[in-house]
Amino acid sequence: MTVSQILGLSPQLVLLLAGLLVLALDLIWGEERKGWLPYVALLGLAGTLAATVALWGREEAFSEGVFVVDPFALFFQLVAVLATGLVILTSLGYFEGRTAYKGEFYSLLLFASLAITLMAAAVDLVMVYIAIELLSITSYVLTGFLRQDRKSNEAAIKYFLYGAAASAAMLYGMSFLYGVTGSTDLAQIAAALSSGELGSLSWVVVSAVVLLLAGFGFKVSAVPFHQWAPDVYEGAPTPFTAFLSVGSKAAGFAVMVRVFLTALPDFSVDWVALVAALSIVTMTLGNLVAIFQKNIKRMLAYSSIAQAGYILIGLVCWDPSQPVGEFGGISGVLFYLLAYLFTNLGAFAVVIAVERATGSNEISDYAGLMRRNPWLAVALLVFFLSLVGIPPTGGFLGKLLIFSAAIRLQYFALAIIGVINGVISLYYYFGVLQQAFFLPPKDETPIAASLSLRVALAVALVMTLGIAIFAQPFIRLALTSAAL
Amino acid sequence: MDFPILSVILFVPLVGAILVLLIPRGKENWIRGLSVAVSLIPLVLALVIWFGVTDLGGSEMQYVEEAPWISTFNVWYRLGVDGISAPLVALTALLSTLSLFYSAYTIKVRVREYYFLFQLLQMGMFGVFLSLDFILFYVFWEIGLVPMFLLIGIWGGERRQYAAIKFFLYTLAGSVVMLLAILGVYFSTGTFDILEAARLQPFADNWPLAVLAFWGFFLGFAIKVPSFPFHTWLPDAHTEAPTAGSVILAGVLLKLGAYGLIRIALPLFPDVFHFYTFNVPVIPILAVISMVYGALVCMAQWDLKRLIAYSSVSHMGVVTLGISAAAASLGRGQELLNSAPFALNGATMQMFTHGIITGGLFFIVGIIYERAHTRDLQAFGGLGSKVPYYYGITLVTAFASLGLPGLCGFWSEFFVFRGTLRIIPLFAVIGAAAIVFTAGYILWKIVQYVFLGAFDEARWGKLTDMTWWEKATMWPLIAVMVGFGIYPAPILELFNSATTALLGKL
Repeated sequence: MTVSQILGLSPQLVLLLAGLLVLALDLIWGEERKGWLPYVALLGLAGTLAATVALWGREEAFSEGVFVVDPFALFFQLVAVLATGLVILTSLGYFEGRTAYKGEFYSLLLFASLAITLMAAAVDLVMVYIAIELLSITSYVLTGFLRQDRKSNEAAIKYFLYGAAASAAMLYGMSFLYGVTGSTDLAQIAAALSSGELGSLSWVVVSAVVLLLAGFGFKVSAVPFHQWAPDVYEGAPTPFTAFLSVGSKAAGFAVMVRVFLTALPDFSVDWVALVAALSIVTMTLGNLVAIFQKNIKRMLAYSSIAQAGYILIGLVCWDPSQPVGEFGGISGVLFYLLAYLFTNLGAFAVVIAVERATGSNEISDYAGLMRRNPWLAVALLVFFLSLVGIPPTGGFLGKLLIFSAAIRLQYFALAIIGVINGVISLYYYFGVLQQAFFLPPKDETPIAASLSLRVALAVALVMTLGIAIFAQPFIRLALTSAAL
Repeated sequence: MDFPILSVILFVPLVGAILVLLIPRGKENWIRGLSVAVSLIPLVLALVIWFGVTDLGGSEMQYVEEAPWISTFNVWYRLGVDGISAPLVALTALLSTLSLFYSAYTIKVRVREYYFLFQLLQMGMFGVFLSLDFILFYVFWEIGLVPMFLLIGIWGGERRQYAAIKFFLYTLAGSVVMLLAILGVYFSTGTFDILEAARLQPFADNWPLAVLAFWGFFLGFAIKVPSFPFHTWLPDAHTEAPTAGSVILAGVLLKLGAYGLIRIALPLFPDVFHFYTFNVPVIPILAVISMVYGALVCMAQWDLKRLIAYSSVSHMGVVTLGISAAAASLGRGQELLNSAPFALNGATMQMFTHGIITGGLFFIVGIIYERAHTRDLQAFGGLGSKVPYYYGITLVTAFASLGLPGLCGFWSEFFVFRGTLRIIPLFAVIGAAAIVFTAGYILWKIVQYVFLGAFDEARWGKLTDMTWWEKATMWPLIAVMVGFGIYPAPILELFNSATTALLGKL
């Protein structure tokens, strides 16, 4: 390995070392010092961030072309670091009294974060598969992290069973692609597919697209591969639910975009149609079912399913004739994911604060939140407005970019279904806001949020608004990162 | 660079809202006083720009401020006023100040939140009237929704939560469709500049898409106006909102929709607008139904506040009718074109006068409800001699509402009908029936049931007349009603120069 290769891998290496360090310190340190472990993890993330920034703007392939450093990959490294960092902030103190284990959570979280960075940078089907599995396996463990909690256990088993089936289907699809083209390298697959030697085998590629979609759809929780989401979101420790809803989803989109755009541009007619159909059912079903939820984590699960549906519109609006353009769907996807990261993590931070004070995740227990802690209530309002897509929030601008891509290509039906879904979603977010703002509290005691939670909330809130009000640099970032 | 007067008008309420948050706990009177004082700044500046625009003729955009916002997408922070928007900015400023002042005496719970939200709402309203960029326009259009939703939901009446979400869902449904239309216009013209887009005429060579985009805008505006059949959110929202909320809803928020029709739908899609007002006259039909149906529903109401709410549906129908007539006149010869400014002047004048009059009427309902705790018309009777001052104020406002000559409501309806009668006479004739019904519900329902007839001494013996602050809230409105009723020339000339210029570009 040359120095330049090590440098290119430095963010991943730092994450790996930090994860191992946390694991080792957890063994060495006594109980009284284990409180420092999350800060070690945060330090590791800061190092990763520094390494990512140092690599900014570079474009190289490594390790025999299985792994690249490019703006797209670096963008998702940034997303992974931000998501993990905020999740760690929200998790401080969360596990007290819930489980005796402390360090494992943080080291596993760092490994999951590593998996996301690998997924975004992988340009070889084998690497893609390994990275996805790394994320999946760490996620199964983290979902079942509350060993004494039956719901957490059940969620982990469900997640594992669904995940195993999805990844088997995906692997099967990858084998089709390898069989037809004789390569696992994404660029070589594309070259083989466009050389015109495919003959009568194009149906194999189409089946491969369907099977790959099962695997990717599972990660982004798109209908009909979403059934795991509500139970897993409800059962997993809430900080990890937040991570799943943001980090895991972003990684799924990264892989989906990379594989479809790099390996299968010649079959875009097929996957665009499939993804469009998936998008419509995903946002509609997610929003309609969310209306009936009584538990806020389940509601946010369906809301995150619906959000995946909106983001899929951006992928549908990929325009091969103008891959890097102002209103390209892919830059919309990236901007949306960035805005969604802060918005949804913020919403979960409020959920965590309420859960820690009341021990409940029932929506009816949000009654009178405005009286019990006005900051939490106002923050929740802003996050929900962003999820609906009302200005001046990042969610609005994300939707604007996605829908403008759709309008530009004259996919009017998709855009109209999308905005109508936005209106429907207002109804269930309102259910929580109604409790928080309009109804009197059942219990007058104020809800206090820990310092770290307040920091996470403040970052999420400022960014949710700031990304829209000072939009230009963030849009530039999404645009430059969308160039594959 | 000149003094950015429009930006100051726009953001002073935001500063006020933030200041309200900083006032220490327990000093609620400071919050009230500060908010009213801060709101005087945009009021004064609004009058300054009104006079400024009048001096310069009002036909072009004045006080324009421009700065790139999201340069990648050519989105600008672009503000400006002309003869149409300047009076509406002043209307917003006046009603806001009066509402904040009136609320100082009537809002007793969650005062800080109330004043914070109210000033945020005020910023949103200013923003819509001042924006010359579609995205900016849309952002402010939506910003107003959230505070109004909370104002209704927290400080409203019995069914406030239902009314709040209904209001939010309806308006959001309209505005998201409008957003798609905005994007369509952008991809057709390459600009988010409202005036530039009108000059470039989006979808000039693509009739089906032009129709689609037009209806996208129209739906958003028609829900806000509200035009029949999109009006069902209005009676609930207006009835359940707190008094000042109803004043702003009826006085300003409805005008946002009408303003959109004049500023965006008409200049951008004159041909489509013409087609649907003349060849297939859907829009004037909706306008006339709103007028007549709204007035008839008023006749059947026993809840005073609900009655006033429905009267807005009727009166805003007049605005839509006037705009429709202007659109219907296009391309049909010079003689009809000469009548178009009458209709459009009437429509813009009606926006202003309806804001003043209905704002006043909602204050009047609030004043009696504070004392009686009922709005049931059958419960009153004979109050004229018990509360003569209140009776007098109500009479002036109610007569202005029914269009009595000498008060400002007369001029706007007169000009709308003057224009419409030449251009689309059938609708003018049918619409005139609404005027009769309006006189009916004002005289029969309001004046007779509340002030005349037998007086119930046992129930209303302790009723007190208006307090000084209630008088102080009403007098500026009365002054405007009488002032522009007797001498409407200044405001009409301002509207006229702007609407003539607007029509000249079509």
